[in-house]
Amino acid sequence: MRTLYQRLRSKKLQQYCFKIIIQSFFIFCLLAFNFSYSQIDSTLLKRVSRDTVKQGMNMDAVYNRPFLGLGKSPVSIGGYMEANWQHIGTNGVSEGHQFQFRRMTLFVASGIGKRIKFLSEIELEEGGKELGIEFAAIDFEFHSLLNLRGGIIMNPIGAFNQNHDGPKWEFTDRPISATQLLPATWSNTGFGLYGKQYSKNWMFGYELYLSGGFDNSIIANTQNKTFLPEAKKNPERFEEIASGLPLFTGKMAVKNKKIGELGLSYMGGVYNTFQEDGIVLDEKRRVDVFAIDFNSTLPKLNTFITAEWVNIFVQVPTTYTQQFGNRQQGGFIDIVQPVLRRKMLGWEKAVLNIACRFEYVDWNVGTFKSTGGNIGDQLWSVMPAISFRPNVQTVFRFNYRYMQQKDILNNPPSLTGGFIAGLSTYF
Amino acid sequence: MKKISIAFILSLVVLLGAESCSKLEPTLPKNADLLDGSVDGLSSSENQQFLSGDKAFNDLVFTPETGLGPLFVATSCGSCHTGDGKGHPFTELTRFGQSDSNGNSFLAQGGPQLQHRAIPGYTPENLPTGATFSKLIAPVITGLGFLESVSDADILAMADPNDANSDGISGVPNWVSLPSYISPSAGAITQNGKYIHRFGKKASSYNLFHQTVKAYSQDIGITSLYEPHDTYSGLESDPEVSSQIIQNVVFYLHTLKAPVQRNIDDADVIQGKQIFVNIGCVSCHKESLTTSYSPIAAISNKVFHPYTDLLLHDMGESLNDGYTEGGALSYEWRTAPLWGLGLAKNSQGGELFLLHDGRAKSIEGALNYHGGEAVVARTNFFNLSDTDRKKLVKFLESL
Repeated sequence: MRTLYQRLRSKKLQQYCFKIIIQSFFIFCLLAFNFSYSQIDSTLLKRVSRDTVKQGMNMDAVYNRPFLGLGKSPVSIGGYMEANWQHIGTNGVSEGHQFQFRRMTLFVASGIGKRIKFLSEIELEEGGKELGIEFAAIDFEFHSLLNLRGGIIMNPIGAFNQNHDGPKWEFTDRPISATQLLPATWSNTGFGLYGKQYSKNWMFGYELYLSGGFDNSIIANTQNKTFLPEAKKNPERFEEIASGLPLFTGKMAVKNKKIGELGLSYMGGVYNTFQEDGIVLDEKRRVDVFAIDFNSTLPKLNTFITAEWVNIFVQVPTTYTQQFGNRQQGGFIDIVQPVLRRKMLGWEKAVLNIACRFEYVDWNVGTFKSTGGNIGDQLWSVMPAISFRPNVQTVFRFNYRYMQQKDILNNPPSLTGGFIAGLSTYF
Repeated sequence: MKKISIAFILSLVVLLGAESCSKLEPTLPKNADLLDGSVDGLSSSENQQFLSGDKAFNDLVFTPETGLGPLFVATSCGSCHTGDGKGHPFTELTRFGQSDSNGNSFLAQGGPQLQHRAIPGYTPENLPTGATFSKLIAPVITGLGFLESVSDADILAMADPNDANSDGISGVPNWVSLPSYISPSAGAITQNGKYIHRFGKKASSYNLFHQTVKAYSQDIGITSLYEPHDTYSGLESDPEVSSQIIQNVVFYLHTLKAPVQRNIDDADVIQGKQIFVNIGCVSCHKESLTTSYSPIAAISNKVFHPYTDLLLHDMGESLNDGYTEGGALSYEWRTAPLWGLGLAKNSQGGELFLLHDGRAKSIEGALNYHGGEAVVARTNFFNLSDTDRKKLVKFLESL
């Protein structure tokens, strides 16, 4: 007979319990609101609306979200959802029509006390198949230039990782470089400092964190390539670091209100389990990520441009196969042009945009030792789009993707194309 | 009312667009331009097993957690056999330790295959001093079910060990003992307890099952019920791949379609084929073979065109690496099937890497290495006019 403790060690059961706890938590929150204020005029529910398309800096994205405040309660809640239809084919083979509930995310924020606040973000993906805490951190403000954040933090690498809410984007899919090169919504348990300073048109911000990080799976996975997102599958990463050494993430960003925002970020550390129980098993191997991001709105035209580029360096054992690359790179650029901004279909401040995203990802930069030829394992994609925003918090999107992907040997590429339509909204 | 009309029209446009959207997606390449795909005429259950095998062959990537290595050459079947076509030197493997038909004298030192890669924390093998070796790149794997279904009697009928017809060609089968887990096929012919092997560059594998089990063990370091010994420790371990997966992969290999010849009506291709016959290439690269009975109806009793005789031939000193397998001599190689040759670039990264180790970068280059029994055909080829040579190459590229 297994003890209850042993049963709880079963991963499936743990995940199930986790789900139940999270669901219970939200039901409790909703009921608490309901019971506490059931006699109160519903107009007391205040929507703290924000223009989430335009914002301060990328580092503010976590708090730059619309919340539903309740009277004088210090707790605000909110969230967003994304749902799509798509019909995509690769080399003439398609899985047909697909309806996808990509994700629903719930936020709970509260002002705990003077200059102390808390925010959590819990995401349910693919209809509840995946459930995870993406962010749950407490912030202490000592000065605008010195804040302490601790908990589950979003590592500030590039811009998209922190600023990933679906309703903010004109495209149905997240950038490939932000999901297949870097892990999407990469968060870890950690602590760090951040701060901001304003001066007329200029803003400066920084973030410095030590957190949990990657593990051996980035070079030992069924993707058959060096694949940083694989580390997200490790549920232990919120409890222990595979290498025993923290991952450092740092970012500096500068913004001029008339020009745009430029961010430089770095994330690095030892990823492999090089020792266990005091016994050295392997050499220390590092992963180092450098990213640059930029966004700007062109004057007069109001064209919004946002771009991000990432370079990744991974120490792969020399005894290993070149299937797993030691250098990766990729990025994207989005160009969004508002073409109509007026009352449409009864919505007062509706906006119709045309947009296009260009993407490139190379999972294995280098040449074959055996032939000197270039290693492939890369893709590029172009994604024209039309989006309609009845308000700043809701977007209808219609995209077409055309993508060419080459295998590791640089053989003729597989061609992918198809339409994706969807909607995303804060609630 | 106007708002409702616009919204309705927009919705209708989107729905109608959705219905016809597949027309704006990339189209399927022509069947003849692809090597992968199943043979026509499989039943529903056979198609299901083909898909299971396809998944295991191409998508099942092994990691240290699922048994990879610790010494290995590649992490999955598909790593070496991209698109089911010819392999690339990036995944070449090295076999060593046997210089004659008396067996491998380096088995205790890691033979017959060098596992030159290792998972973190392990040291890969190095070539032992004094061991002769051959580097081998992966062959095209389409149509293998047809080759397996050729009867031993048909292979023997093509053999001419004593060159009785005095054409300078003396092909012989590779007679090798069977491992305990292989059952001889129906109609198998024996000689001194040994059986005709037909797969591999030296024809040292009996059938696709034998080849698959060996590849899991020697290439990926994956133990099975049939090859339970770990290549690193030499110790018996639990199976790291199920017998069902092996059966599915074998079925997949069995039912991959035969490559389809292209441009068959092109005048140069037709003339090139005639030149191929005239200069004696067909003495070894037999155009047509016939399958015997197979439980898979789609490949049973069929005539097909692989351009091989499945026999070993003396290929001369320039292709003698000093290494061999089974009963073959070090200068003997099994006639490589030429089907799929024209699509080789599509699986070799846009270049050509021909012959057993990819040393030839062109068809002419490969012909130039032909010696031994093939020296007459090679001489005839280089005596052709430029025009005729180009026609012959064009024919080979149509295969």
